[in-house]
This record gives sequence, C-alpha cells and structure tokens, in this order.
Amino acid sequence: MMNFFSRKKSAPSAKERLQLVLVHDRTDLTSAQLESLKDDLIKAISQYIEIDPDAVRIELERDGRSQRLVADIPLRSAARHRSG
Amino acid sequence: MTAQVITVTSGKGGVGKTTAVANLAAALAMDGRKVVCIDGDIGLRNLDVVMGLENRIVYDIVDVIEGRCKLRQAMIRDKHYPEMYLIPAAQTRDKNAVSPSDMIRICNDLRPDTDFVIIDSPAGIERGFRNAIAAADRVLVVTNPEVSAVRDADRVVGILEAEEKGSPALIINRLNPMLVKNNDMLSAEDVLDLLGIQLIGVVPEDESVIIGSNRGAPVVTDPKSRAGMAFRNIAKRMQGQDVPFMDLDSQSGLWSAIQRLAGRK
Ligand SMILES: Nc1ncnc2c1ncn2[C@@H]1O[C@H](COP(=O)(O)OP(=O)(O)OP(=O)(O)O)[C@@H](O)[C@H]1O
Ligand SMILES: [Mg+2]
Repeated sequence: MMNFFSRKKSAPSAKERLQLVLVHDRTDLTSAQLESLKDDLIKAISQYIEIDPDAVRIELERDGRSQRLVADIPLRSAARHRSG
Repeated sequence: MTAQVITVTSGKGGVGKTTAVANLAAALAMDGRKVVCIDGDIGLRNLDVVMGLENRIVYDIVDVIEGRCKLRQAMIRDKHYPEMYLIPAAQTRDKNAVSPSDMIRICNDLRPDTDFVIIDSPAGIERGFRNAIAAADRVLVVTNPEVSAVRDADRVVGILEAEEKGSPALIINRLNPMLVKNNDMLSAEDVLDLLGIQLIGVVPEDESVIIGSNRGAPVVTDPKSRAGMAFRNIAKRMQGQDVPFMDLDSQSGLWSAIQRLAGRK
C-alpha cells in the first residue's frame, strides 16, 4: 500500500489505476489469463518461426470505447542464420 | 408533441441521479417544456422529497400498473411549474411489481402530450435499472470524479452498448475545481478520456444542492448557484442548444478569492 501521507498527488495514480481496471473489466480477462494467453501464443508462433520468448510483450490497449490486444513479438535475428 | 424519454442512471449509488432528475426537470419546466418525472427507485422513493411533493402523493406507479388508478391520477402536479409532474415510486418491497414492458407502456401513454419524460433509475444493474432503461430514447450516466463511481459508470455504459441503447451522455457531478487544480481529483478531461463517451455537463460540488434538497426546491431556481447554472446548461443541451461548457476554475469560490487577495486576478 502507498503511504497515505506521501506528498505525491493522487489524481494521476487514480487515472492510471482506472485505466488498467477498465480494460480488464471490459474484456473480462484477468491478468493471469492474459499471461497464459501469452504462453500459448509463444508456443504457437515458435512452431513456425524462432522468437525470443522473454522479449514478447502482449498488452490490452484502450482506444476510446474499444479495446485491442497488442502483441510485440521480436524475431531472433535472421542475419545470424544467413551468415551461419 | 412527442416526448423524448430520458433515463438518468449511474451504476454506483449516491452520485446524484435524483438530484439531476429534479434539477433537469425544473430547468426544462422553466424553459416552458412539459415534463413528467418518473421515480424508478421502487422501495426507496426519494424524488418526491427532493422535489418537495411528498405531501401530495395519493397514488404511485404500482397503483397505475395494477389498475387501481388512471395514469393521470398518479401524476402529481408541481407547486411552482404547472407543466411539471411526478409519478412517484411505490414503497412496496416487491421488486417485481414493475416490469420493463410496464415502463414502455406508461411512457408510450405519456409521449403524445409531453416534451420530456425523465426517469430516475435506482443504483445498480438489477431489475430496477433494467426497468428504468427499457423505454429510454436517451440515457444520461451520472458519475463523480472518483475511482469507484467511474468504474461503475463504465460497466453501465458497457451494458447500454450491449443492449444497443446507443451511446449515453455523461454528467460529471460533484467536481471540486480546487482539488482538480491541486491534482488530487480526476479532471473532467480524465473522466471523459477513461469512459470514452460524449459529455453533456459538469456540475461542481456545491453546498446549495443540499440546501435546495432540504427545502424541496431544486437549485436551478437559485440564480447564484453554480450547480444550478450547470444543470440549466445541461437542460439547454437536452433541448438541442449549443451551450459552451462553464469555466469552473475561474470562479471556484475560495480559490478565486485567494487569487484576488493575492492580487493575481
Ligand atoms: N453537486 C453536488 N454538490 C453537493 N452535493 C451534492 C451534489 N449532487 C448531489 N449531492 C448530494 O449527494 C447526495 C446524493 O445525491 P442523490 O440522492 O441525488 O444521489 P442518487 O444517485 O440519486 O443516490 P441513490 O443511488 O441512493 O438513488 C445528496 O445528499 C445530494 O444532496
Ligand atoms: Mg436516487
């Protein structure tokens, strides 16, 4: 818990927390479910192309009243394969 | 004329739905509109006291539905505005006494000779809320600039979208400009950005609201009240007028007084 008497202003933290809560409320997806979705995605993609599992980012983003699932999946350097 | 049916709802309780209904109705009546308010909060009747009409109740909405009286007999005429009426809620404990189709039927009966039917929804997303939105042509969602009220408002907006009720308009109530200025309250812009719906008005926190409800006289009748002015502006927007949003900052009582004393204004 944050220190109640900390001098930091509270409105930015309210907004940040609400942003997260609303995305999850709207999609009915918990953080745990999102993690397991990410694991499944990594497994599926790895069957076709070599990726760096630790660098994969997957996020729910808000865009007005709609949500999108945004994945950033860096591929392992192809240059290495070509030169090797 | 054919009435617009407007439902005021919120998800979270106590954010100012009943206050908004009483004030918007009075402001519309001041503009010469014929208005019928319906208290949809079965079992927790309140609109009557806020409007100062509690002593005039003979019949309520459940009497109409169960055929004990005619619709006209349950319409209580306001003391000051002869073109404003209230259909009170019943104090029964039977939540199933009213159904969505009852609300649609009553509103359709009112439509031909009314300009606005304004329905005060109960808090929550249960039966009473469903009844309140059933007949709505337009929904106004009331929230406060505060985390739980905004979260619940978002749930309600989601349900309204899923029910294809169209995108509701937002009333941000009890905004404290000084707290916003100090970055200790969500601003109207923050709330709008979070909820992603259109804004119809921002009502400041204002003690005259409480004084008004003590007297059973909505604050729109007080020309000096900031909240009253905000509600009057919303009523104008409901009538299709393009009214600029108030600059809450520049006149926020104490803050501007301090600014003046400090010689900064
Ligand atoms: N802008 C305001 N400034 C100050 N007080 C306000 C304001 N708006 C509402 N209030 C006060 O907040 C309290 C709750 O308001 P109200 O009864 O209208 O809420 P509600 O949403 O109808 O509640 P419920 O969910 O219980 O039906 C009342 O005491 C009212 O006077
Ligand atoms: Mg109420």
